[in-house]
Amino acid sequence: MTSMADIALHALMPDILIALAAMGLLLFGVLSKRDHALACTVTAVIVFVVAARFILAAPAGAIFGGLFLTDDFTRYADMLVLLGCSGALILSVDFNRREAIGRFEFPVLVMFSALGMLVMVSAGNMMTLYLGLELQSLALYVVAAFARDDLRSTEAGLKYFILSALASGLLLYGISLVYGFSGTTDFAGLAHALASSARANDGALVGIVFVMVGLAFKLSAAPFHMWTPDVYEGAPTPVTSLFSTAPKMAAMALLLRLLMGPFAPLLSQWQMLIEIIAIASMLLGALGAIGQLNIKRLMAYSSISHMGYALIGLAAGTEAGVSATLVYMAIYTVMSLGVFGCIIAMRRGGKQVELISDLAGLDRRNRGLALAMAALMLALAGIPPLSGFWGKLYVFYAAVQSGLYGLAVIGVLTSVVAAFYYLRVIKVMYFDEAAPSFDHHSKAVGLMIAGCAALSALFVFVPGPVSQAASVAAHALLGAG
Amino acid sequence: MTIGLAQYLTVAALLLVIGIFGIFMNRKNIIVIMMSIELILLAANLNFIAFSAALHDMVGQVFAMFVLTVAAAEAAIGLAIVVVYFRNRGSIEVEDVTVMKG
Repeated sequence: MTSMADIALHALMPDILIALAAMGLLLFGVLSKRDHALACTVTAVIVFVVAARFILAAPAGAIFGGLFLTDDFTRYADMLVLLGCSGALILSVDFNRREAIGRFEFPVLVMFSALGMLVMVSAGNMMTLYLGLELQSLALYVVAAFARDDLRSTEAGLKYFILSALASGLLLYGISLVYGFSGTTDFAGLAHALASSARANDGALVGIVFVMVGLAFKLSAAPFHMWTPDVYEGAPTPVTSLFSTAPKMAAMALLLRLLMGPFAPLLSQWQMLIEIIAIASMLLGALGAIGQLNIKRLMAYSSISHMGYALIGLAAGTEAGVSATLVYMAIYTVMSLGVFGCIIAMRRGGKQVELISDLAGLDRRNRGLALAMAALMLALAGIPPLSGFWGKLYVFYAAVQSGLYGLAVIGVLTSVVAAFYYLRVIKVMYFDEAAPSFDHHSKAVGLMIAGCAALSALFVFVPGPVSQAASVAAHALLGAG
Repeated sequence: MTIGLAQYLTVAALLLVIGIFGIFMNRKNIIVIMMSIELILLAANLNFIAFSAALHDMVGQVFAMFVLTVAAAEAAIGLAIVVVYFRNRGSIEVEDVTVMKG
């Protein structure tokens, strides 16, 4: 028979491993005389892979009196978080070296933020939720300002810090209200308290709105998106690729866990809010991107609109909806990593270039890169049979099943508008006067781009495992709640 | 007049509102914004402690201790970012944080 401590150790193994490895690397980096950026990054990626292995082997259950949960849902979200973090680390090696910001702190900070995200995903109590969220955010503030001699990067860090700290403050205030009016911070206890008492609902509802605002901010869903374009543009590109993948998955997992778990009894009250956030994000993402000249800003608006689509699944409020959101996040993570790989490959004369016009005539200079970028853009636009189309199909189908016809129609219309700016990038690459060719990019970046583009383009042949894992995860989430 | 839960909650709500206004109305200095963020965290903390006392439940106080720790870490990182920003820009006026727009 396995004791309680054994189970706790097994479930916590990935988190302990990442924490120890990050502190070890930090110590090693500080004490050694030479610069070990590459070695630290490789170690960090290996640690993530080993942690992923431990996560898959961890037993399901609640440990430390329900503070920390592991089940199929956390497993799925953890995998995506680690995928996003490893992807960003792999992309960072070459970029950081060429920009002369290749310091060992980068992988260490990414590991700390990954640890925060894993804790967020596994949170079973408001306290774990808050601590995980803050650990993640504190590390991300620093990486956003990682190019500390670059004005744009430090400004991005400053903006992200101020707005994110505000959002954390609002979230915390919301948690305090939820705690006060229901008498507990435990998710299972909250579900019980909110389902049984009508008085608790009124006070707690105000708190829930605050909590949703805080998490919507971390997701960069409109109307809490103001930081996204500036931070995406200013932060070093590998950091932007991190921002657009792992923290979003962690925040989405947390939102799903809270709204479908403890706050599920109040579905009729929060459903409207999620619908409004989804519609606002889709509209703003589609319209805001049209005039953009900078590709990183374009991707910022694109990520706002994609969060809107992913939230449609949550608004549906069903198991099918949750599973659609999870599939969408997986597809989006891969597409996003691929596009940022392409953006990192955009270097000319030893300098990063990031205007859409810099891609002009790429087809004649570098056929492979243009093809990959085109495939990723079509996937983001949701053109069948590429991956983005299936993601949208799942969420729209879930919305229609729950009778949210309006939401699905707006989603389809905004994706038509959004297709315009994705197609414009392709038009620039294939039909405009050719610009000078880009510098050579490293093998790792090339492999990353090729892998993500191939996954996005050929998703139609492999939807089974992803959607199956997502539906198992959704089942675990709703079964537990 | 006895001071009960309602009074504490009112003070906390006022602190929250002052904090939020401090962030959005202030056009002068980033340090003031950081002070406003601290006010918001304090408002939440006051809520936790007031509820903890009213509910006779320890969880709120434990939570408040965690929040204090996090607030200290957050202030340290925030000030560090303000310092590197000042080195690059030579100013920490809110109106100058506008290299990127749109």
